Amino acid sequence: MNDVLKGYKGRARKTLESFSIRVWSEAEVDTTRGRFEGIILPRSENDDDIHIVLKLATGYNIGIDINTITGMKEVGYKEAHYKIPEKEFPTSPEKPNVKLLGTGGTIASRLDYRTGAVIPAFSPGELYGAVPELADICNLTTEKLFAVFSENMGPKQYIELAKAIGEQIENGIDGIMIGHGTDTMHHTAGALSFMIQNSPVPIVMVGSQRSSDRPSSDAALNLIHAATAAAHSDIAEVMVCMFGPTSDEYGLLHRGTRVRKMHSSYRSTFRTLGDIPLATVTRDKITPLHQNYNKRRKDREVAVRAVFEEKVALVYYYPNMQPDIIDSLVENGYRGIVIAGTGLGHVNKPVYPAIERATAAGVTIYMTVQTLWGFVHMFVYDTGRDLMAKGIIPAENMLPEVAYVKLGWALGQTDDLKEVERIMLTPISGEITEREPYNGYLVYQGGIPEIEAFLKTVHR
Amino acid sequence: MKEPANNTAATRSSIGYLPRRDATPDTYKTLGFKCGLEIHQQLKTEKKLFCRCPAGLYQKPDDYNAELLRHMRPTLSELGEYDGTALMEFKTRKNIFYRVKNESACTYDFDDTPPFVLNREALDGAMKIALMLKCNIVGELHITRKQYLDGSIPTGFQRTAIVGIEGEIPLQNKTVRIIQLSIEEDSCREISDIGHERVYSTDRLGMPLIETVTYPDMLTPEEAAEAGQYLRFLSRSAAVVNTGIGAARQDVNVSITGGTRVEIKGVAHIKWIPDLTHNEAFRQKALLTIKEKLNSRVSDPAGWSPVSVEITAGIRPGIFNASHDDHFRAWAVNLPGFGGLLSFFTSPGRVFADEISDRLKVIACLEKPNMAHSEDSESPLSDTETAAVIKALKPGAHDAWLVLAGPAGDMATALETIEERCRLAFTGVPNETRKSLPDGTTIFERVLPGPDRMYPDTDSAPIPIADEMIETIRETLPDEISRRIAQLNAWKIPEDTYTYLLSRDLYPLLRELIEEAQLPPVFAGTLLGHTLKRAEGRFRCRLADRQRVIDLVSFVRNRGLQPAILKEALPALVRYQEKEIETLFFDMGFQPVPEEQLLAKIPELDTQFASIRTTDNPAARTAWIMGELRPLALGNINMGHLRRAVEGGRS
Repeated sequence: MNDVLKGYKGRARKTLESFSIRVWSEAEVDTTRGRFEGIILPRSENDDDIHIVLKLATGYNIGIDINTITGMKEVGYKEAHYKIPEKEFPTSPEKPNVKLLGTGGTIASRLDYRTGAVIPAFSPGELYGAVPELADICNLTTEKLFAVFSENMGPKQYIELAKAIGEQIENGIDGIMIGHGTDTMHHTAGALSFMIQNSPVPIVMVGSQRSSDRPSSDAALNLIHAATAAAHSDIAEVMVCMFGPTSDEYGLLHRGTRVRKMHSSYRSTFRTLGDIPLATVTRDKITPLHQNYNKRRKDREVAVRAVFEEKVALVYYYPNMQPDIIDSLVENGYRGIVIAGTGLGHVNKPVYPAIERATAAGVTIYMTVQTLWGFVHMFVYDTGRDLMAKGIIPAENMLPEVAYVKLGWALGQTDDLKEVERIMLTPISGEITEREPYNGYLVYQGGIPEIEAFLKTVHR
Repeated sequence: MKEPANNTAATRSSIGYLPRRDATPDTYKTLGFKCGLEIHQQLKTEKKLFCRCPAGLYQKPDDYNAELLRHMRPTLSELGEYDGTALMEFKTRKNIFYRVKNESACTYDFDDTPPFVLNREALDGAMKIALMLKCNIVGELHITRKQYLDGSIPTGFQRTAIVGIEGEIPLQNKTVRIIQLSIEEDSCREISDIGHERVYSTDRLGMPLIETVTYPDMLTPEEAAEAGQYLRFLSRSAAVVNTGIGAARQDVNVSITGGTRVEIKGVAHIKWIPDLTHNEAFRQKALLTIKEKLNSRVSDPAGWSPVSVEITAGIRPGIFNASHDDHFRAWAVNLPGFGGLLSFFTSPGRVFADEISDRLKVIACLEKPNMAHSEDSESPLSDTETAAVIKALKPGAHDAWLVLAGPAGDMATALETIEERCRLAFTGVPNETRKSLPDGTTIFERVLPGPDRMYPDTDSAPIPIADEMIETIRETLPDEISRRIAQLNAWKIPEDTYTYLLSRDLYPLLRELIEEAQLPPVFAGTLLGHTLKRAEGRFRCRLADRQRVIDLVSFVRNRGLQPAILKEALPALVRYQEKEIETLFFDMGFQPVPEEQLLAKIPELDTQFASIRTTDNPAARTAWIMGELRPLALGNINMGHLRRAVEGGRS
């Protein structure tokens, strides 16, 4: 199907039809505001139906109100065809082999300059055209697993991704990169951390906070850092590789179970919570910060346990939360609930009966903290003890999202809630730490003289 | 070869260069001179264009809270090619530092937050000017990204949108057509650019600007200045733009027959435009002449290439500016067929070799001086060094050579840059943007960006512009500048006041003084165009509240004082803007004196003068008596009347 009036609807569409004008027509448009000349562009589906978009000779786009149009004439036709140039990715036997698995995030993409549509660049050739530095780091091959936005990543994709990673490892790959949208990158990182155990190679998730069509994008540098980590790092874990500071200086390698997106738009949005990051990475160097990590190995003995129970919920508690929130989950057949409670892990009294009903119905409930930093401590106050007595299990210092994916993964393996509890409370990949280091909690406050002095001298 | 200086002089006359004062319209007609303007003017708004930071707060370069580091990468154009500018900037491998002050910049400014909704106050101002330019107003504003890789905007692009197209302005002898008026965000202010480090302040970043682009309709440098002046007056009369240093900046496009459009950026003063465009026209003429010479000497331009030899060992470490360490390298480059061309005149004080040296600074980050060459008037090379170069290159009779030096890491880009510039010499005038210098010449700034650097901003929605909005703004439009000029003429106000009256938008005040306060037009015109101008200059401040002038005039009238005192009182009003008008008069020592009392003093002064006089000249007597009476007389008596009384009373 080829709609010659792509994106136009309603009145705007009728107007174009009445003058026999198509998208990509070079048109002269007479209006009550004067004459406009340019190429008719497709219109974004969500925009109104009383304007027509024109690209002027100077490259600018403008809109014309159809109510002002007195005449339109097609004087030419210029359809845009957009293709990302491909260059063959240079390989050599000395370089490690790295596989980039695509999930649909736009780690590398090109904007169609005429329509504004984002076209993902993904093949090694396309990536090489955009980020030639990659060829100095590794032999890159790619595989597009799905094309979904980050928010649409879910259990089905986690499982498929984990299996694909397992295959790659068995086939002898030296490192894996996963291109992923940033919004739910930490959910996927958590899921993969549980599904893939004992990996002999680095598994590095990477994305970008500023789309790669702009000169200041973090995409290329993130990709370079991630490729460096996947190809050369000694850390064989599931990691997230994104900007350390917002400056173009170095990336951080975050452990997949302790990382969280903490700002809606900053480049340095990913932070390790309750611990320090695994390492810093630059174009040519990886500097471990953590001493304790899984080392790279030659063998291929990876354990892939790709299962997930979808009937698991994460509930963010708020004062005045009503018991029917919990009841409705039980009624809808949910098998597990993770609560992000206040403070040390609390919810209000009116919810108690609902919790009792849930546990009685065989729904397992874990408590995490919405403070994000710190452990659940349910012995400190009566509330906590009451809740434990009603069957809620404290999930130590697991991040809420991580506890959620872990519970889905645990319930995917067994119906035995005792076994589920054992799995949940046994640290697998740093999701529960024995101790919280002093420097694991750093949220600076601007305005304080010593912090201001720091900010003035250190790039962030 | 002739002595380099002689060659420069000879080539200067061979291209027919003459100083601007000796040029006539025919000079430019012969060259095929064409010039267009892009005028940028800051809009006067409370906040920035795409975020809620206050507009107009400036900091000193070392006054900042934090510094960020970014690099700019080129993105592919829609044809899958890197834009020329993009490649150049990428080659330069600049570390770009942004200095951020919390008061004047937020996360939007350094590209860590998407844009907020466009500032309506700014849009209204832009529309007002678009309507004054008689532009066709668009139905919907589409925010577009215009790529800039020099780092002057942290996103790597400028958000901009067309408000109107196809307008016009009337000059004295012709109508100049306007291509478009756009609204856009201002860029960072550059603090420094040395080697691989460029530092910017983000204070100005994001302030709303309008850009007015004319067709290349100006056929002489003077016309270009006239058009610039007219646009300046016009936007000032809309009362929506900032004034002062940096608030308005001109880019000037120049081409001649056979040449190319070259953009001279950042012309801070309209009065610089004539010299800059004049010199650019002749620079293009020179480059076209060089092109002809080269093509007649070199039979296969495509096969032309320079010969480069490393001669680090033969050159003093640290020659020119190069730092003297292990990374120091020196290269000699032979340029076949370029003999006599390196010293070829291009602009006053500049020769073709400067074209290469400028690019070495900008693209390869080699600070100047960065090279020596075979046609230097005073070579920095010693005889031994020169001998070493000649031995290494063995240049032919028609060749030229140069020597460059700097850090090893920059040499590859530097050699490429030399080759590229020399190759461009075979095709004439390269597409460039050039930076203006106060002496009327220009230096290379960057490769002129192609049209492929525009693309839609996916972060913002289109903004509809309804007819009602246009009509509301139309009602607020001031009269046309051309009509104002005609009225000034009709009032017989001296022409030397026009620039000040129009550029400071004093016309509305002037009209009020003439039509409401009934001041004689010439008196009112010179009161503002001379007295106010001098006072503002002397006290280095602007009169903020113009109503005060009206109040002052009323005060003088209500007290029954003579208008002449306004010429004394207005400067005081400028100097002490907080003081009550009564206080000003008190401070000036003014006291009401009846006319008879003043006239009665004449005989007494006459007697005094008689005792001290050294001449019989009656004019001396009048001057002395008037001088004595003046402080007391001002405001109390018509000075002409007093003078006649003094002259009449002569004994």
